[in-house]
Amino acid sequence: MSSYSITEPSKRQKWVAGVLVILYAVITIMPLIWIIATGFKSPADAISYPPKVMFEPTLEGYVNLFTTRTRVSPEALQALPPPATWYEGIVRNRDMVIAGPSRYGERFLNSVIIGFGSTFLSVFLGTLAAYAFSRFKVPLKDDLLFFILSTRMMPPIAVAIPIFLMFRTLGLSDTHLGMILLYTAVNISLAVWLLKGFIDEIPREYEEAALIDGYTRFQAFYKVVLPQAATGIASTAIFCLIFAWNEYAFAVLLTSGTAQTAPPFIPTIIGVGGQDWPAVAAGATIFLVPVMVFTILLRKHLLRGITFGAVRK
Amino acid sequence: MAEIIIKNLRKDFGSFNAVKSSSFTIRDGEFFMLLGPSGCGKTTTLRMIAGLELPTAGEIYIDGEEVSQKPANQRDIAFVFQMFALYPHMNVRRNLSYPLVSQGMPRAQVKAKVAEVAGILGITDILNRPVGGLSGGDRQRVALGRAIVRDPKAFMMDEPLGALDAEFREHMSEELRALHDRMGATTVYVTHDQLEAMQMGDKIVVMNHGVVEQFGTPQDIYDKPATMFVADFIGSPSMNFLRFQGTVEAGATAVSLNGQTLGIPEMREPRDGDLVFGVRPEHVRLSDGGGYRGTVQATEYLGTTQIVTLDTANGPLKARIGSDQIAKVGESVGLEFNPRTITLFDNQSGRALRSDLNEGVLNNG
Repeated sequence: MSSYSITEPSKRQKWVAGVLVILYAVITIMPLIWIIATGFKSPADAISYPPKVMFEPTLEGYVNLFTTRTRVSPEALQALPPPATWYEGIVRNRDMVIAGPSRYGERFLNSVIIGFGSTFLSVFLGTLAAYAFSRFKVPLKDDLLFFILSTRMMPPIAVAIPIFLMFRTLGLSDTHLGMILLYTAVNISLAVWLLKGFIDEIPREYEEAALIDGYTRFQAFYKVVLPQAATGIASTAIFCLIFAWNEYAFAVLLTSGTAQTAPPFIPTIIGVGGQDWPAVAAGATIFLVPVMVFTILLRKHLLRGITFGAVRK
Repeated sequence: MAEIIIKNLRKDFGSFNAVKSSSFTIRDGEFFMLLGPSGCGKTTTLRMIAGLELPTAGEIYIDGEEVSQKPANQRDIAFVFQMFALYPHMNVRRNLSYPLVSQGMPRAQVKAKVAEVAGILGITDILNRPVGGLSGGDRQRVALGRAIVRDPKAFMMDEPLGALDAEFREHMSEELRALHDRMGATTVYVTHDQLEAMQMGDKIVVMNHGVVEQFGTPQDIYDKPATMFVADFIGSPSMNFLRFQGTVEAGATAVSLNGQTLGIPEMREPRDGDLVFGVRPEHVRLSDGGGYRGTVQATEYLGTTQIVTLDTANGPLKARIGSDQIAKVGESVGLEFNPRTITLFDNQSGRALRSDLNEGVLNNG
């Protein structure tokens, strides 16, 4: 080696690092590609062995995901008028007719309501609490903060039975409100701690300047602190949403009908008319989209959020 | 503009007593310095006047109105922070207009006012810039602009020049003083820099350990220190303290140090015991005729003057003399002190004894 630099890695180091990163990326992205690909396979291709890398794409999985179908005899099928829509055509190829829409749409909507609702509530309450912990003299502040953190020291599902009983007594089982409250309760400790870190970094002088300039404490918080904390709020929101969106165990336990979210619903597709893997994969693929979009929208903040505190500004 | 009266102001943080029963008056239009070493309670006092801290006890009158328990946004004062605290998510123009918007001022009027202030401070060309990329001086000007734009009753400044480099500080302090003279606004200014305080202030309060040590004009504080702390803190090099055992009577005009009789201003109170003979370095003369003697330890050349460090029977002493005078290290020289400038202190309490020189001033503090 002719030259040596502390900050700039050598060519070989870069090469090795590049290979490692690509390898890691491939490994982590494989299941995702598998799921997305399976969603576009025919049921036969989906279970073929060895797995088919090249296949003829079909939207059958998606059609099956959004519809319920009934099998009819070939004679009855002949008697029907020609299919009015492309998806009806796909269904009839399998000797079936569409009986109605499936429940996936509702379940997906439930996920949106509960996921975003609890995220909003966690971040909203978390920001207020974090601001208070950061700025005001709160009696027993350290004990309270530790107590809030301690709620995260066990897997939330460990308290499933008490929560189940509590929800039954309070009539919160299988309600949107119940699930929102539950996910908020789980997320709020994370939100408070993350946001407190961010708000601690904002110099008090900004608010004091606003107070002096004739604004009330709340206006100062709203107009000066919040814009400064936007990064922290965004990354906290992503973490909260990912948890609430993906949560499975509580959803299985506490929802069955009106408030059921997508995660417990997707596996139930398997049972409807044989093991319909393409439909399951299609459900999972669509389920990925909102969090992905949300994360991409806020990704700049997220990067800063994950590394916050590492470098003092 | 307003007069600010502080009465028995006290602030405790838990069991720590930051400010102990301070009282002083800031007259309308005065440039008022709160001076003291760090941790002396000067910033806390300023923040209490501004309403950023609520006092534990005591009263604050701004323009005749008791405001000690009112929040900052109801006091109509402006505050310039040491780190400027410009709103980072706004550009210069919005920073300047922000205090006006809170008052519900019409947009056209806000625009005119901002333009006027920007003109005064010479920052018209940077109005549309974000504050992030501004130089220290420009940030300082924007912070000042945000303070003056509203025509508040008084200005609070917390070491506003502390974040600037030395060269620019000088320039900014002149600018600040000129701005004050132009506006005639009551200004309370916190600093730990005694030079800055003397240079800019109409009045100075010297604080230490939460206690007001002295309150008066820069000249009074320099020439007639009320305590040994003030005498030591103000002036560079600070006042010389020659410690001795002795007795002074009321009406005495001389004391005896190491067998030599040294003139002092006529005393107004008697004292007996551990005393301190306080003399400023510039009031010490090296003269062969002087009976009181010292040995030259070191000299520091400062251009027109030099500082000579001497060792005397009553402790070390510094003299500021013309640099043309020759002082050889190791030489024994006679010393003369200007009798009219001497302050005697009680070594135990650190307080100045009343004399012809300082009587008027001490009653004040």
